[in-house]
Amino acid sequence: MIAETIDELGIRGRTIGIAPVGCAVLMYDYIDVDMVEVAHGRPPAVATGMKRTNPDKIVFSYQGDGDLAAIGTAEIIHAAHRAEQITVIFINNAVFGMTGGQMAPTTMLDQVTATSPRGRSAAEQGYPLQVSELLATLPGTIYIERCSLHNVAEIRKTKKAIKHAFELQVEGAEGLGLVEVLSPCPIYWRMSPAKAMEWIENEMTKVFPLGRLKG
Amino acid sequence: MRGNDTKGSSVSERVLMCGNEALAEAAILAGCDAYFGYPITPQNEITAYMSRRMPEEGRVFVQSESELAAINMVFGASATGKRTMTSSSSPGISLMQEGISYLAGAELPAVVVNVMRGGPGLGNIAPSQSDYFQATRGGGHGDYRTIVLGPSSVQELVDCMSLAFDLADVYRVTIVILADGILGQMMEPIVLEKKPRRKLPSKDWALTGAKDREQNIVRSLWLPEGRLEEHNRKLEAKYEQIRKNEVLCEQYKLEDAEVVVVAYGVAARIARSAVNRARQEGMPVGLIRPITLWPFPTEQISKAAEEFRLFLAVEMSTGQMVEDVQLAVAGKAPVLLHGRPGGGVPTVGEILDKIKQLSVPAKR
Repeated sequence: MIAETIDELGIRGRTIGIAPVGCAVLMYDYIDVDMVEVAHGRPPAVATGMKRTNPDKIVFSYQGDGDLAAIGTAEIIHAAHRAEQITVIFINNAVFGMTGGQMAPTTMLDQVTATSPRGRSAAEQGYPLQVSELLATLPGTIYIERCSLHNVAEIRKTKKAIKHAFELQVEGAEGLGLVEVLSPCPIYWRMSPAKAMEWIENEMTKVFPLGRLKG
Repeated sequence: MRGNDTKGSSVSERVLMCGNEALAEAAILAGCDAYFGYPITPQNEITAYMSRRMPEEGRVFVQSESELAAINMVFGASATGKRTMTSSSSPGISLMQEGISYLAGAELPAVVVNVMRGGPGLGNIAPSQSDYFQATRGGGHGDYRTIVLGPSSVQELVDCMSLAFDLADVYRVTIVILADGILGQMMEPIVLEKKPRRKLPSKDWALTGAKDREQNIVRSLWLPEGRLEEHNRKLEAKYEQIRKNEVLCEQYKLEDAEVVVVAYGVAARIARSAVNRARQEGMPVGLIRPITLWPFPTEQISKAAEEFRLFLAVEMSTGQMVEDVQLAVAGKAPVLLHGRPGGGVPTVGEILDKIKQLSVPAKR
């Protein structure tokens, strides 16, 4: 969808993508634009360095929930706070996928993971983190939308949201745009792909409601 | 006296500036496109100066939310082919180690200034040289090197800036400039001028948007079997080139010296005075002053050790550079240490006393 958007907007020649540690770290093998691989959680800072020195380029990052909501919380909040003119695609699959399915800040209560074998408990491990709601309170964010991939209709909405976020940057909108995408991880949720989609629709959306929060 | 009011000096003017501000202005003259930094004593003059001057020159300044973020902003700007730098002091440099390792793996040029203070931990805000290991032995993970410069005057600090940006671009490495709390604060008359650049390779690897070309990828991850080993060997070959070509070192009154003091930075200034006093009293003492701490002037010291001599390392730490002196001397002569850690600064008197105390063994 990102690749389609880049082609549709005709911006391949001036787009730079950031792929951090996580499931998406080899993104540069799948998308044919200038790309950089960065340390865990750091994309918003790297993006700041890139966009400030190259305001005419379209800079985007593609981050997982461990990356953006655990180790990278300071970086995303401050990039948003400074109203950096970048696009962040935030893939929320409620686990640390690359490393074997550990508990992530967005892991749901009672969800069993590699580091919450008895299920996430609020008392011991805290509540899942609602990044979109958090960022929507910051004046430097201009567009926040939460989408999902659990059926074709939602996938279409996700594509629209991604395209809107990129369009805003192309137009020079003065702030940060973020699209949170609820995404299945059947392997580490220990579900079939079909069940995983149902789980997003029926369970995840209760904690992570879909829709446009800002902009 | 121009000090704080300098707004871009014209060529070859002599101005009085403190080290921190001088290095900032020198970076601007060297064409630094972007500065990213965070407040920490004793280098806050740099962030304040840059916040004022960079926008005046149409360049980028960002006060980051942490040193962790600052080094990653440097990473980003560098990846797009810009000249970029950050500055901090010891504890902040600790936070930057991950970023420096990534810069090394991805072969990105960058300049990092460490205005050293007392440590470990929170330490104090007095000057020290206790980050020598951190700078020369890596600090971050993996097999890599950074070029390390140890200027010992404000003018040398100024000259280091253009050298650093050139070396960074020529070799695609990070340059660490080790200043300290004294050098950062002291005011000396300096000449600020735009220096001619070395011949620089083109940055065709930079991320500028894949217009009419294949994508460029800036990376440090190499998963296929053998690929990372290959990359590491490529880096090592580069470091070998640097060792061959970029050593800088001063040799002072060495000709008939029987005691050789080895010191860098502010400690070298004090040691030089002690050497001069010793000479006045008829003692054959000399000084070897490394300016590049990596690559270390191993050859020069090794040669000096051929003549039977005694080496005295003087540093503001419990003994870090002294190990490189030991390696260079390779057992050919005794190597001793006069170290003052934790913000302590040696006096000319105490170094002179140490020199006098040393029994000078008879020549072979």
